[in-house]
Amino acid sequence: MVWSLQAIAAIAGALVLLIAAFLIGETLPVLQKVGFLPFFTDPAWNPTEALYNLAPMLWGTLFAAAGSVLLATPLGILSAMFCQYYAPAGIALLYRRLIELLAGIPSVVYGFWGLVTLVPLIGRLHPPGPSLLAGMLILTMMILPTVALTADASFAKVPPAYLQGAASLGLSRWGTIWGVVIPAAKSGLLTGVILETGRALGETMAILMVCGNVVQTPQSIFDPIRTLTANIALEMAYALGDHRSALFVSGLILMGLVTALVIVADAIAPEENHG
Amino acid sequence: MAKPLQRSSPSRSPWLDRLSAFGVWSVALIITAIFAWIMGDILWRGAGQISWDFLTLPPQNAGRDGGIGPILVSTGLILVVCLSVSLPLGLGTAVFLSEFTAADNGFGRLVRRSLDILSGVPSIVFGLFGYTFFAQTLGLGFSILSGGLTLACMVLPILIRSAEEGFRAVPADYRLSAASLGLSRTATLWHLLLPAAVPGIVVGLVLGIGRAIAETAALIFTSGYVDRMPTSLLDSGRALSVHIFDLSMNVPGGDAPAYGSALVLVVLLILLNGAANWIGRRLSFQSGFHWR
Amino acid sequence: MRLMRNRGYFAAFIVSLAASFGVQACSSSPQGTAPSSDGLTGKLILTGSSTVAPLVGEIAKRFEAEHPSVRIDVQTGGSSRGLADAKQRLADIGMISRALKPEETDDFQGFVIAQDGIGVIINKANSVGAISDRQLVDIYTNQIQNWREVGGEDAPITVVNKAEGRSTLELFLSYFQLQNSQIQADVIIGDNQQGIKTVAGNANAIGYVSIGAAEYDIGQGAPIHLLPVGGVEATVETVQDGSFPLARPLTLVTANPPSGLTQEFIQFAQSEDVHDIIKAQNFVPVQRKELAQTLR
Repeated sequence: MVWSLQAIAAIAGALVLLIAAFLIGETLPVLQKVGFLPFFTDPAWNPTEALYNLAPMLWGTLFAAAGSVLLATPLGILSAMFCQYYAPAGIALLYRRLIELLAGIPSVVYGFWGLVTLVPLIGRLHPPGPSLLAGMLILTMMILPTVALTADASFAKVPPAYLQGAASLGLSRWGTIWGVVIPAAKSGLLTGVILETGRALGETMAILMVCGNVVQTPQSIFDPIRTLTANIALEMAYALGDHRSALFVSGLILMGLVTALVIVADAIAPEENHG
Repeated sequence: MAKPLQRSSPSRSPWLDRLSAFGVWSVALIITAIFAWIMGDILWRGAGQISWDFLTLPPQNAGRDGGIGPILVSTGLILVVCLSVSLPLGLGTAVFLSEFTAADNGFGRLVRRSLDILSGVPSIVFGLFGYTFFAQTLGLGFSILSGGLTLACMVLPILIRSAEEGFRAVPADYRLSAASLGLSRTATLWHLLLPAAVPGIVVGLVLGIGRAIAETAALIFTSGYVDRMPTSLLDSGRALSVHIFDLSMNVPGGDAPAYGSALVLVVLLILLNGAANWIGRRLSFQSGFHWR
Repeated sequence: MRLMRNRGYFAAFIVSLAASFGVQACSSSPQGTAPSSDGLTGKLILTGSSTVAPLVGEIAKRFEAEHPSVRIDVQTGGSSRGLADAKQRLADIGMISRALKPEETDDFQGFVIAQDGIGVIINKANSVGAISDRQLVDIYTNQIQNWREVGGEDAPITVVNKAEGRSTLELFLSYFQLQNSQIQADVIIGDNQQGIKTVAGNANAIGYVSIGAAEYDIGQGAPIHLLPVGGVEATVETVQDGSFPLARPLTLVTANPPSGLTQEFIQFAQSEDVHDIIKAQNFVPVQRKELAQTLR
């Protein structure tokens, strides 16, 4: 029993190695040719002219993901609180279904909606419209269900005895949530944040449609940006040779980014992060 | 389901309590409003497209005319392949991680971290990986099988993480009492842990189905673009989300059927989520204890 | 035990679900193995450009209807994938949305099936009626930043460009003799419809897209209009008679000289039997005598 389970877990864990090996294999041609440094030091990203600077896109990815996680985390957790502790049972059930639906709307639909509705709106406020801000907002909507549902599940499992205890101590509703529920649900909340951050970093199609895709380090939230994922999706269709290889470097850097994130999360919260 | 806490104690900072209640309600309202905006948009533009013919006929004229019959079948098959691989693999891993490894176990940590990393791999990389590994190396070609397996890799981290949270929800007391009653580990797992973990598993399932059914980039390269009715799992079959993407990005005049397809996809999702929740509820009722 | 019974239900549910799909799938494939009158049988795989794929998909459907024992799978994923797959024999035919480059003609044979004109579009609210090639270059290189300078209203220009490597971009650059690094874009887009939607949603935007697609969307009420290029009106007719300067061929490529089924299909795709399909997909059919030139 244990051994078979361990084997299953090993397969699941090995997937990441398989994908990493695949990525490295695809990037080798260009890495052997120019090395790793030009991807951060070249004057620009012009792969057809052998210039490969990915740094602005790295910033674009980081800003978009950070902005959306900062927005979506409180919104998602508050949503879950609404479901668990504020809404009447019927409304809570409906609201939960609604969030589940949001989780399954294809990114194309979000992107589509962003392109025809949100982007022109931002464009009127501050041209051109496709921007870091549009990307952050669309991403927020896309990752919010992940954090809301995981938070909801982890609130649901806080033992009722805790709540009864808090009530008998005379704690207010907010006092109970803040002082008792959140500490008890910490591990689940952190899982939600990790999952949503991963999703925010990896999202492709919607962000490609609303961010403008100009390769530059953004100076304001109204500047268009290109993320590493959009870079792959935009150019892979026509890329050949070294250009194609360089796009896989985008993927590799992204994976490195997620790895770093996971290690940092591990270091910050060692005791909550694993059972 | 949810049980509002009693408003028992006016003594400690009632203004903070009121303020937070106001905040929570307004967040819920804002999210509902945005959701209503998007859904209204899809419903408004998509509802006119829906008919029995649209649901059953094959697409014609690059999808502008005809329907989405074969595409619905392909989407269903891809999802079945994806879940029948990822569900056992995911549950097995979750059980192993939460029940059979200590918190500081090196192997468990490694698997957990790998899965976290896997959850951040962009879908297009999954697509290119699936194309190279499943379609070429394993020789499955552009097929529903390749697509389903690629999706299985994608949803695995979500499934495992949520299920693991579910297992961890079971208080240690239960395991201790089960052990003191002389229940074997396997019996404890089947009769105690699994039923108790159902809410977490259902969340994982719902998120996983959502992610799988919404996926575009990974499927273009694996299950492919052929909009014919599939006759086997080794046939290429176009998924609904790929169809929506193609209609809205490549086909002039494809917006109307794209909205129609998006509406069908959302309705499909409501049904699938409902089914997952219904099954989950039945399983956890039978276990004899439930929290809420 | 009750739990086990329930798992049984679940398994039964999955199995019946799969079975119903299987039954449905079988009952609705009329092709079967009926022998065709002309003896053509087999399967073709085509991969490549997302621009060409919807068109070839329709051509393939008609070919299948005429030859019931033939199956043609059309896959998308981009021109580069079309070339790569054709070279590695993963596909029988690749599809690219451009002509073969000189350095590629050693490895591939190209067969033009249709043409696609590239037109410059602006928003309908924009009062500018025409701009010279010189002005367009200045707009794209940020020398001109406001519509006032070309006779429009006082508003900053939003320059919409295509992503690196796209064949529309390459055509645009070579016609205007620009390097992509000279272009100062405000928005970079991927596929055609994204360009049309971006310009339709931004009153001050300028972009370039497939003429057939733009004409179709204008007919459907999209708030955009096409500008002339080099003094020639951008219409499907001017592309067809060759007077419009910006056009690209949609090309099928093979790694070997085609034979058998592959050859039959390419000939069919180049024949007049499919001109109605080409027009329905908003592309421009190529006349016989021009085709003969491209075939060499």
